[in-house]
Parts: sequence; C-alpha cells; structure tokens
Amino acid sequence: MKVSIVEGILSANDELAAQNRQLLDQYGICVLNVMASPGSGKTSLILRTIEALQGRLRVGVIEGDIASSVDADRVATKSVPVVQINTGGQCHLDAPMTRRALAQLPLADLDLIIIENVGNLICPVDFKLGEDLNVMIASAPEGDDKPYKYPSIFVAVDAVVINKVDLLPYVHFDVAAFRKLVTGMNPDVRIFEVSCETGQGIGEWAEWVAEQRAKRSRT
Amino acid sequence: MHELSITQNILNIVTEHAKRAGAQKVTAINLVVGELTGFVDDSIQFYFDMLSPETIAAGAKLAIRRVPAEIRCRACGEVFALQGHKWSCPKCSAPGGEILSGREFFIESIEVV
Repeated sequence: MKVSIVEGILSANDELAAQNRQLLDQYGICVLNVMASPGSGKTSLILRTIEALQGRLRVGVIEGDIASSVDADRVATKSVPVVQINTGGQCHLDAPMTRRALAQLPLADLDLIIIENVGNLICPVDFKLGEDLNVMIASAPEGDDKPYKYPSIFVAVDAVVINKVDLLPYVHFDVAAFRKLVTGMNPDVRIFEVSCETGQGIGEWAEWVAEQRAKRSRT
Repeated sequence: MHELSITQNILNIVTEHAKRAGAQKVTAINLVVGELTGFVDDSIQFYFDMLSPETIAAGAKLAIRRVPAEIRCRACGEVFALQGHKWSCPKCSAPGGEILSGREFFIESIEVV
C-alpha cells in the first residue's frame, strides 16, 4: 500500500524555529542570522556592528562554533550578553540549539540578537533558527565566483556583506560583476561593501540593521 | 555530516506515518531531493542503513528522485536548466535568474504492508 506523505524532511526544525520566532516577537526582538565561510569576518562584523549601534540598540549575541569559546570571548569584551553554542561537530546551528541559547539571554533587555552561524556556506541555509533576516558575508579574498558554487545561500539571504574591501587592490574580486550576478539571482538583496579592518562602510551597514529593527519593533 | 540528523528526521516522519496507517512494515521510502540542496544521496543511504535496523523501516528501499535545477531568466524570461555552474541565460546572456526548481527536499510517499 502506498501512503502519500509530502512532508518536508526539516519540518520538525521549521516548527521549532516558528516557536522561537513567536517567543522573540513577544519581546519585539529582531534577529540576524549571520552565515559565511570560516575566516570571512563574521565575528569582526558583529563586533563592528555592536560598536556602531552602541547607545541605540541593546544587542545580544549567540556564537555558534564546532568547538571553543574564542569568538564569545571576543564579543564579551564589548560588554554585551553573549552565549556560546558548541555544536560538537555539527556543521550548522539548528532551531533546538537556538532555543537553548535564547533561554540564557536576557530577552526583556534586548532589541537585536545577532547569531553567528557555524562557518560554512552550505547547510546553515537549510536550517531555520527563528531569524528575521539572513545575512551572509563574502570576503574579497575568497574570490567573486562563490555565487556560482553556492547558489542556495545567495538566493536565500536578505543582505550580502562584501568584507575586506581594503584588500580589493590585491585580490581577484570584481565587485561590479559580483553585484550583477548576485542581483540576477536575488533581486531583493542588499549588498554592502565594508572593511571591518578600517571601518569603511560599517556606518551604512549598521544603519540598515537599525532600520530593519525599527520596522519590526512593536513600539 | 548533517545527513545523520537528516536521516533521523526521515525515519521519525516515516515511522509516524507508517504507524498511523496501521502498517507492519515499510518497504519503500520515496524521497524528492533538489539538485540545489546540500544533501548527498550516498550519505543519506549510508546513515539509513545504520539507523534503520530495529525500526519499522528496516530493509526498506530508499528511492531518491533528484530534481534538476531550472532557472528563469529575469531579463528575457527564458527558462533553462542550470548546467554545471553556468548562471547565465543561454538566450540573452543575463547573469543570475529565478530558481524554479531544484530546492525540493521532502518525503513524497512510503510503501507499506
């Protein structure tokens, strides 16, 4: 006998992500899920964003890594609440892990939560966490061909941050061609050019984050 | 790596539906996997062989239907198959395009006795 199912294999995760979303909505918190390859500057962008929004938004951070608390320790120097998740080998965060991390954050005192996903361009995009916005970083030294190799993430994100633009004179990264390709794949995407090293472009990026939060704020 | 947890999800869903149907045994599981998802057939099969003994789905045939990626050009509307990594329209050469198919990842049906 044939039993028709047509059920998404990630439906259990999707459901829990929706519950996370409901919880966060109760507090009017906007959540960014930051995805990128290892070494692209996820933690650096988070640190820059916290600095740029200081005094405007109360930020909390969830750091996802396979092991260690190196990133959480860096974020903690900014005196914001931070929770480290060690996935113990799993290549992405998922909704249950996010749920446990949220329970350790002072939600009533936060406007924005930035989640740093595990460094990986493939699977994080398939696992919803309860985020409002998906953001990816494409750093200049990685090359401008990544949208061809990892299309799923480029079509799924709300913003692409090109980091390390201070290195553009030294590496092969054609910003105009990259913009054209990414916009062709995902016409609604916002593309930012920043350098977490020099601070270039951070103001515009942080302003966009603040606008996104304001759109979702209940008050 | 994530195919382990994915395969566990597949087994959970299959078990629930099989029990609901009053089945004794699951003989086949029909999966639909888009070409653009990050899921690898061999790896799902590997973990299925590891996880399924002792379950209602032990010995079931895992049939995976791959869905090719199809793209619609945003400039001229041409629909084309994504061949290799060429994201440019064969008709007008515009880069990118809208994904029409290739992101599927679901259990279509199961065969039970």
